[in-house]
Amino acid sequence: MKIVEDNPPVLSALDRPNSYIGRSVPRPNLKRLTQGRGQYVSDVTLLRMAHVAYVRSPHAHARIVKIGKAAAEKAPGVIAVVTGAELAKVMTPWVGVLTHLKGLKSAPQAPIAVERACWQGEAVCAVVARTRAQAEDACELVDVTYQELPAVVDPETALDAKTPVIHASINDNLCFERKLDVGKVDEAFASSDAVVETTFMFNRHTGVTNEPRAIVADWNEGEQRMTVYQGTQAPHMMQDLFAKHLSLRHDQVRVLTKDVGGSFGIKVHTYADEMATVALSKLLKRPVKFVADRIESFVTDIHARDHRIKAKIGVKKDGTITAFEIDDLTGIGPYSVYPRTSGIEANQVVNLVGGPYTCPNYRAQARVVFTNKNVMCQYRAVGHPIAVAVTEALVELAAAKIGMDPLELRRRNLLPDENYPAQSAAGLKFEKLSHHESLAHLDAMMNYAGLRAEQAKLRKNGVYRGLGFASFIEVTNPSAAFYGVGGARITSQDGATVKLDAQGNISVATGVTEQGQGAEAVVAQVAASAFGVPIERVRVVTGDTDNTPYGGGTWASRAAGIGGEAAWQAGKALRANVLVVAGAMLQAKPETLDIRNGAVVDKATGTERLPLEELARVAYFRPDTLPAGVQAELMATRHYVPRAWPFAFTNGIQASYLEVDVDTGFVRLLKHWCVEDCGTIINPQLVDEQIRGGIVQGIGAALFEHCLYDERGQMLNGNMADYLVPMAAEMPDIECGHVVSPTADSELGAKGAGEAGTAGAPACIMNAINDALRPLGAAPLGEMPFTPERVLKALGKV
Amino acid sequence: MSDTVDIRLSVNGERVAERVDARTTLVDFLREALSLTGSHVGCEHGVCGACTVRVNGQIVRGCLMLAAQCDGAKIETIEGLSDAGEVADLQAAFEQRNALQCGFCTPGMLLTAQELLKRGGVPSRDEIRDHISGNYCRCTGYHAIVDAVEAVAQARAGGKK
Repeated sequence: MKIVEDNPPVLSALDRPNSYIGRSVPRPNLKRLTQGRGQYVSDVTLLRMAHVAYVRSPHAHARIVKIGKAAAEKAPGVIAVVTGAELAKVMTPWVGVLTHLKGLKSAPQAPIAVERACWQGEAVCAVVARTRAQAEDACELVDVTYQELPAVVDPETALDAKTPVIHASINDNLCFERKLDVGKVDEAFASSDAVVETTFMFNRHTGVTNEPRAIVADWNEGEQRMTVYQGTQAPHMMQDLFAKHLSLRHDQVRVLTKDVGGSFGIKVHTYADEMATVALSKLLKRPVKFVADRIESFVTDIHARDHRIKAKIGVKKDGTITAFEIDDLTGIGPYSVYPRTSGIEANQVVNLVGGPYTCPNYRAQARVVFTNKNVMCQYRAVGHPIAVAVTEALVELAAAKIGMDPLELRRRNLLPDENYPAQSAAGLKFEKLSHHESLAHLDAMMNYAGLRAEQAKLRKNGVYRGLGFASFIEVTNPSAAFYGVGGARITSQDGATVKLDAQGNISVATGVTEQGQGAEAVVAQVAASAFGVPIERVRVVTGDTDNTPYGGGTWASRAAGIGGEAAWQAGKALRANVLVVAGAMLQAKPETLDIRNGAVVDKATGTERLPLEELARVAYFRPDTLPAGVQAELMATRHYVPRAWPFAFTNGIQASYLEVDVDTGFVRLLKHWCVEDCGTIINPQLVDEQIRGGIVQGIGAALFEHCLYDERGQMLNGNMADYLVPMAAEMPDIECGHVVSPTADSELGAKGAGEAGTAGAPACIMNAINDALRPLGAAPLGEMPFTPERVLKALGKV
Repeated sequence: MSDTVDIRLSVNGERVAERVDARTTLVDFLREALSLTGSHVGCEHGVCGACTVRVNGQIVRGCLMLAAQCDGAKIETIEGLSDAGEVADLQAAFEQRNALQCGFCTPGMLLTAQELLKRGGVPSRDEIRDHISGNYCRCTGYHAIVDAVEAVAQARAGGKK
């Protein structure tokens, strides 16, 4: 029994009377979900709604010679069969580039392939019918003649002269390249006592959201207006894109996002089949629904990672890290994904490697290449799992090489806690981090010395257990530096509108969105605290471009830190407005009053002066009784965007304890720990659950998940029976701890917590496996996922 | 052979008579014909468990059973269990422990957990993990779900003393 009790407030500065900041308040929207009364997009049904299914290319690369529609058009229930060329008349194509990633290039992408299909799974024709089953039946009758083209499948040879170029319009298969050379790398390596050089492989995996991507588009010809129900993380971004590519004004497009069955970065991108669904609704003047089935999801939801990294570290005998060097090659499919691009992850890898450490010498190269596989783009923790795994594996390999304890080597190199602001070799700016305090907390929490003793004892009995660690930094609360400066119409600011109703309750409309992480709860906690009502009297409205302030939504761990601050400021503003009215009614100075627990009180004594319900009654129904010149303004909006720092970096450290069966190669996870510092903790339980869920997602990448492709670009395991995901029986209990270093950029001081788990877990697992196998003389493992086969190969047993 | 089948069954205690396509799965029938959207479609090949419902007292995957097979059956879904109050304590524990994030797996998870809890006793954490290992949750990492199920098992066992 570990039901978490309500924790006391963490921070006194925010501890207004009856503050909810720092308390594990249950989320207000949970009962709906536990009762099966949520409304996911896959549940949405509208009058006259039709269903679309897509004919998808069976080839990785093929010319579309002819599409025979006649048989499909005559099939039962079919409303329309639409090709890419026909849909191109309704919707314009897009190109996924950003100007601040210099030189990044891509080719125009259409909602449905025109003339050429560039990956297995790309939609080449749409069939709209009365039911999804009828649409799928008719897809079988669409007669597509393909001329197969050579497929580029191996990133390693994608840039070779003899490899065909996927898009003739952009000359080669290079999407983006970045080089960085800081300090004196060659001299540093030359002066090292030990150098470790190795190659890592981070194979492709994908999000497998439990609810697949889903969209219902409803073009009302009478209103000339498009209403889109979409499971998305960024409703305003999608509103902008739908409007742009359908040549509509923003006010003609409304995007509604209700319950979303998991996102993790999968649902923050532009998908051709979703764009096509919106275009089809416009074309057919009726609602059209598309829900990806699981088989489609595997070949169309963005894939993640796919990096080959050659890496090198230098170290002195005293443990000083002298230099890091990496060469990253990543294959992204045939298009850079719109509008965030597929260059961001490699760019992040270059930015983040070596980030926790003082080492000033760092050289990096990253090349992002096109391939004829499904598109690759940002997924939970973008670049961090790669950079952390590379850095932390190098650190532990170096520690082993010089015979130093891996935590001790970290202590000697981590950025000192007392020396902020600081900057990494790659130029990242850190306001305040707590690497050493986090490490000390972890050491004590896990009983490191005790586990080392247990490990040594068990090894004598032929039981091979390993301990692995990962210190990490994490990008959160992004400013416009992430996308806006590169020309993407993705807002980094967010707004909140707080409104007093006629009974004295408040509603908060926020631009951030709920994907299950608890944004509604956090916004409710913050607004209730700032304004001064019990949380039961707060209703939060999200996911509606008609009724929420313009905002970025949920990505890069920004909802609590940015959306929360906007709600805090809006709550305070409404309190000030209400106290003006209260002052008039009570003939008191507003500054002598406060709002606490749903009533206007005397600030000094806390004595209740006026219930909010009475104030609202007078303000709304008897404004004639207020003094002349007093106009009640009972709705307040505030916006917030981080300005002092491009990103609010968080930090932390994770540890994994596991056992490797050296006969079967199976890895059994025994326990996992994480200490992280996300600044002010608004809701401890929600932070811990973000960490835990993120860790398990990282474990999936480390042990199970791999989108397997053959040499013709065919995905081989695109179903949940063959593509393994973490299930309950294999996962460990996870213990979380915290250090709190608030950001001074906002009053709340909250940074993000959504991705730290995923950032560090794969590195931990890798290091723990290698720690377990080290006494057996196994070659260090560096290719994820660490399947039993790879473990046995490392042991030389197969 | 006809493409359609007439079925009569009980769904959450209500009598239902419908003509269904022979190929319609149970979960599609519940969602589309009866608007019982609490049972979710996650994979349609029997792996994820989001479509878990009860048929004649036993949990089944609604995507692996045809509606036509349910003639004469007694079907229970999350909506029925919720309204009857059968899993009220389990739902409360999930809410208090935040044992759900997006909530898409939750109806199936609750039905699966309830099957274990109905056996009585207090299962170990490993037994709980093993029992729910056919229900995929991408959000929580499972730890919180195990906590919630364990807490309810203990509470129910305590209540019987």
